[in-house]
Amino acid sequence: MDITNENGILTVYLTGEIDHHSARAMRERADTELVKRRPKTLILDFSGVSFMDSSGVGLVMGRYKTAAALGCGVQVRGLRPRDRRIMELSGLKKLVAFQ
Amino acid sequence: MQKINFMKLTIPAKSVNEGFSRAATAAFAALADPTVEELSDVKTAVSEAVTNCIVHAYGETDGLIYIDAALYEGGTLKIRIKDRGCGIPDVAKAREALYTTAGDERSGLGFTVMESFSDKLSVRSAVGRGTAVTITKFLKGKAAK
Ligand SMILES: Nc1ncnc2c1ncn2[C@@H]1O[C@H](COP(=O)(O)OP(=O)(O)OP(=O)(O)O)[C@@H](O)[C@H]1O
Ligand SMILES: [Mg+2]
Repeated sequence: MDITNENGILTVYLTGEIDHHSARAMRERADTELVKRRPKTLILDFSGVSFMDSSGVGLVMGRYKTAAALGCGVQVRGLRPRDRRIMELSGLKKLVAFQ
Repeated sequence: MQKINFMKLTIPAKSVNEGFSRAATAAFAALADPTVEELSDVKTAVSEAVTNCIVHAYGETDGLIYIDAALYEGGTLKIRIKDRGCGIPDVAKAREALYTTAGDERSGLGFTVMESFSDKLSVRSAVGRGTAVTITKFLKGKAAK
């Protein structure tokens, strides 16, 4: 999982399979960086993700809450069509920008 | 409906087994020559059911997850995922989208996802005894394409 931080934009490149097991480490890394860097925008990049279940939705929801508490907006990009379908079941579209 | 193949898998409720159980079930389903999309659907649904056993049924306690899969003539795949955990007091409520009894990191979409990626979903549960989820998927397969 790579993370870049430039001009107030923190980009988290998620990779591999996202499930309840793997989401934990992803969540901890992302939250640590969020608190440390205090970006204006958090981008969660899913283009390296080969599988996700509803734990991927929980991962985005949880980061939205952490980010919102720090006054940071969230964008999600690079979702495969089937993962986008899962994300859209959640109503997250109202809170998070999907690209 | 003639059963042509089956498999049984018993695993401890450890999160590392989420990936293993969906890969193992997909390998079994692959014997029916499904499409890539159908295989992904099976993996996603199994992942949801197994995760629920680990997160909700057993929580912090140890327990076993029983997976039974069968393939029938014509490409029907049935997968039953069973636990002997805490059970669900109100199954209809639990199946509602966005309903969750867990915290911030769970979206309450597991059952909704299982329903949307399968052809039929049945849930049987008894408080204090456990839960069995049966996922039915009609694999039309590459031959249908
Ligand atoms: N095997 C189970 N044993 C006990 N309770 C369960 C089981 N499966 C589901 N539940 C209950 O049903 C609720 C809804 O399950 P569902 O999978 O839809 O959402 P979730 O697991 O809470 O969140 P998500 O799956 O999106 O991470 C759970 O919060 C839990 O209370
Ligand atoms: Mg669930």
